[in-house]
Amino acid sequence: MPKTTPFHPRTGPLNHPQIWENWAGYLVAPQYQHSEISEYYSVRNSAGLLDTSPLFKYKFSGPDAEAFLMHAMARDIRKCKPGRAQYTVWCDDAGYVVEDGVIMHVSVGEYWLTAAEPNLRYFRQIARKKGFDVQIDDITTDYGILALQGPKSLEILQELTSDLNGVGFFRLAHTKLDGHSVVISRTGYTGDLGYELWVPKDSCVAVWDALMSAGSGYNITPMGLHALKMARIEAGLLLLDVDFYSSRYAWTDAQQDTAHELGWGWMFKNLAKDDRAFIGREAIEAEIANRTSRHNTVGLIIDWYDYQEKHREAGIMPPLEGVFNEGTMNIYKISDTPWEYGGYATCMMYSSLLRSHIAIAKLPLELCEPGTEVDLELSIIRRSVNVKARVAELPFFNPARKTARE
Amino acid sequence: MKKYDAIVIGGGHNGLVNAGYLAKAGLNTLVLERRPYVGGAAVTEELLPGYKFTTFSYALSLIRPDICQELNLPEHGMMTLPMPNHFHPAEDGRFLKLGADSYENYHEIAKLSLEDAEAMHDFGHIMDRVCHALKPLVDMIPPNPQSQEPEELERMAEFHAIMEGMPPDVQDMVQKLWTSSIAEVLDEYFENDLVKGMLASSAIIGSMCGPRSKESGMVWLFHKMGEYDGIFGEWGFHKGGNGGFTQCLGRAFEAFGGTILCDAGVDEVLRKDGAAIGVKLSSGEEIYADIVVSALDPRNTFLRLVDPAELPEDLVKHIEDFKFQGSAAKVNFVLSDVPKHPNHEYSSEIFRGFLNVGPTFDYLEEAFADAQEGRFSRRPFIDGCIQSTIDPDMTPPGKHIMSNFVMWAPYHLKDSDWDTERDNLGDAVQETLNSFFPGFNDLVEHREVVTPLDIERIVGIAEGNIFHGELFADQLFFSRPAPGWNQYRTPIKGYYQCGSGTHPGGCVIGAPGKLASMQILRDREKAAA
Repeated sequence: MPKTTPFHPRTGPLNHPQIWENWAGYLVAPQYQHSEISEYYSVRNSAGLLDTSPLFKYKFSGPDAEAFLMHAMARDIRKCKPGRAQYTVWCDDAGYVVEDGVIMHVSVGEYWLTAAEPNLRYFRQIARKKGFDVQIDDITTDYGILALQGPKSLEILQELTSDLNGVGFFRLAHTKLDGHSVVISRTGYTGDLGYELWVPKDSCVAVWDALMSAGSGYNITPMGLHALKMARIEAGLLLLDVDFYSSRYAWTDAQQDTAHELGWGWMFKNLAKDDRAFIGREAIEAEIANRTSRHNTVGLIIDWYDYQEKHREAGIMPPLEGVFNEGTMNIYKISDTPWEYGGYATCMMYSSLLRSHIAIAKLPLELCEPGTEVDLELSIIRRSVNVKARVAELPFFNPARKTARE
Repeated sequence: MKKYDAIVIGGGHNGLVNAGYLAKAGLNTLVLERRPYVGGAAVTEELLPGYKFTTFSYALSLIRPDICQELNLPEHGMMTLPMPNHFHPAEDGRFLKLGADSYENYHEIAKLSLEDAEAMHDFGHIMDRVCHALKPLVDMIPPNPQSQEPEELERMAEFHAIMEGMPPDVQDMVQKLWTSSIAEVLDEYFENDLVKGMLASSAIIGSMCGPRSKESGMVWLFHKMGEYDGIFGEWGFHKGGNGGFTQCLGRAFEAFGGTILCDAGVDEVLRKDGAAIGVKLSSGEEIYADIVVSALDPRNTFLRLVDPAELPEDLVKHIEDFKFQGSAAKVNFVLSDVPKHPNHEYSSEIFRGFLNVGPTFDYLEEAFADAQEGRFSRRPFIDGCIQSTIDPDMTPPGKHIMSNFVMWAPYHLKDSDWDTERDNLGDAVQETLNSFFPGFNDLVEHREVVTPLDIERIVGIAEGNIFHGELFADQLFFSRPAPGWNQYRTPIKGYYQCGSGTHPGGCVIGAPGKLASMQILRDREKAAA
């Protein structure tokens, strides 16, 4: 039997289709209502409330916590002062990405990390090998996590607390909601204004109720994983096992990517001034120096007219609503040689908001310039058809409110 | 002397679309709007502090998808929120609630009729194919059959290719809808009164016809051509109401370098030697341009802004005979809470889409009979929605705003006038809602009644017809607004029309604005060549 999250007493009855997904061994709702697009729009129009409790949660403390994280993580944890959060990756010695996650400096010398997969043994092994005096605990079941995402998320929280006033993007607040202590970070996986709440497991139901009640005038909407996955593509945020795989379990180089190849080169902008010996550093430096990145990760916008035309030629309506694909799709170069392989897309969807079909793709560097035209292979009535697409910068959607100061 | 390349009279959605394309093509373009803000009948007005009213137009469907692409509307904030449910109550307390899951809809309809539940799918399939086949007609400049120009012969050929290229069953359905009542069409597919009543509502929207009138098939088809995310016949609420949408259009136009001038009503299109040279504002100011486009209705375009004596007699006769006969009203409420239906537990769900008060053909025909007698429907058809259940920016938290589109409220009342009847209409609507949702009266905090006369006075549309003239078959395509003048030109050189009175017609659709711009730019290119 899969486990349930601490919010299940509330999410269970709200799941109208009664379909559950297994996320890391927990039951989570892919959607709460039949109209998943309505759930999606709550993130762009009002506020969506999402249970992300199945994430693996780790606490780092002890005298060497900072030194350990300086070594294990690719970004410099020293830049993450107490009260701040940082989006980071951890790599292997060859510079391939193990995983990504958000780490929070919750109090001086104490850090909390979320990860998509188990990483306790991975981190402890590094600590043991290098002799760091760091305490690493799995606190996965101690907390439930709620993501409250969307333009009304702040107003809803402000109905319950004043501690979020002035809390900037990737900043934290320790506060009480309806008498229950929570840690709130201004982070999320939707690319919108939003917050994530770490709630002690025994407070979860009460905090859910407080939020739903405070949000009732703001169209707060319980939101499932599907809506989240739509929002994250628009936000250009990558997903493990869809856009990339962990290097820990890769069989060959073709199954793994470096941080640069995933579009995370920005994390190493100041590498020259960075004095840390972190895992993967030498390989990353060599990759930069020798320009050995095999590809970059970019956005693709499918040409509206070509998409219409190719479907009309086939005699059918061009599908928009519900187009969502997390499977690999081939990309070909536009050249005199037909079907000349270019790269691949890892996910593709119709964005109702942007009124475009968008994809996240991995392309060789010479095709990564925004505006470059490529062919994306679709299946139209069981036939392979190439549809024109243009390279675009990620994210596709990046509203000012996401990072706005007030 | 102020001179522009083009002046568009009327900042409604078609005027803005037209101006957007002209500006995009590099023309120095000015939009003149009589009211203090653009939007025309698609405005959101904060009539009470914190309460945003969609005074007139209130939902989106027909807006051409290509326009959204070409004017970069998503970049300017276009956001059409989906409607997860539609609710259709019966007078005896039963209801139909249809939503996003087709099997759930099947079981919902099956409560009334097993065969109708299945027929819904069959009917949906043929209608999707009909709409897909006809879509190119909506998006083309219609041919002028009176012309023998090569370009026109080509267009006629294209038209025939579309019509004759349809599969026979699609062709039959098009033919049927073109010439029959919606009742005849639905009777062939469905048996249950409530199911038929729910489907029929699009056939009477804004039109002086009942579900059993022969004009209603065409009106119904016109509305079905709209889409939400590629699903024909589906609607959405624009963020911030339909005024939110026209504000996006305004920003898009300005981003292309266009200029908007509000509080600038136009009295006259200035002419010299049979050509337009500019406009004269109500203030007396004159502004010049070689291209003048009227986004107003055909009556204003041909009979007010220019001297009809300068126009061909047959054209003037056609415009004089063009049926406006506005028949729709709006009654908008501020509510202290969401109304409760006695047999539905989750009340706010009901109002996230269209609430369809018009249970059966008989109910609708009875309401229509009042209009035929020259009075408003005592028990009207109401298309209601509470946008604040979806868009929290429409009201303060906890409060709600309800938009009600009401049929029939004929512009020409027989024994009374609208200034006398305005509140009586409001009462009739409120009483009707109260009968379907007992306790409704207690929730009402404020009421705004908008009669066809108000639409004419405030927005300026002749007889308050929301489509700038009836969407009847004899006022469409080849003859919208008049035979020979269905291609956005007028007999005055440089003077064009781009309002809903031109092809394809009314609703927030944008096609007249876009197609007119194509014609204008093509004429300009030819003149330059």
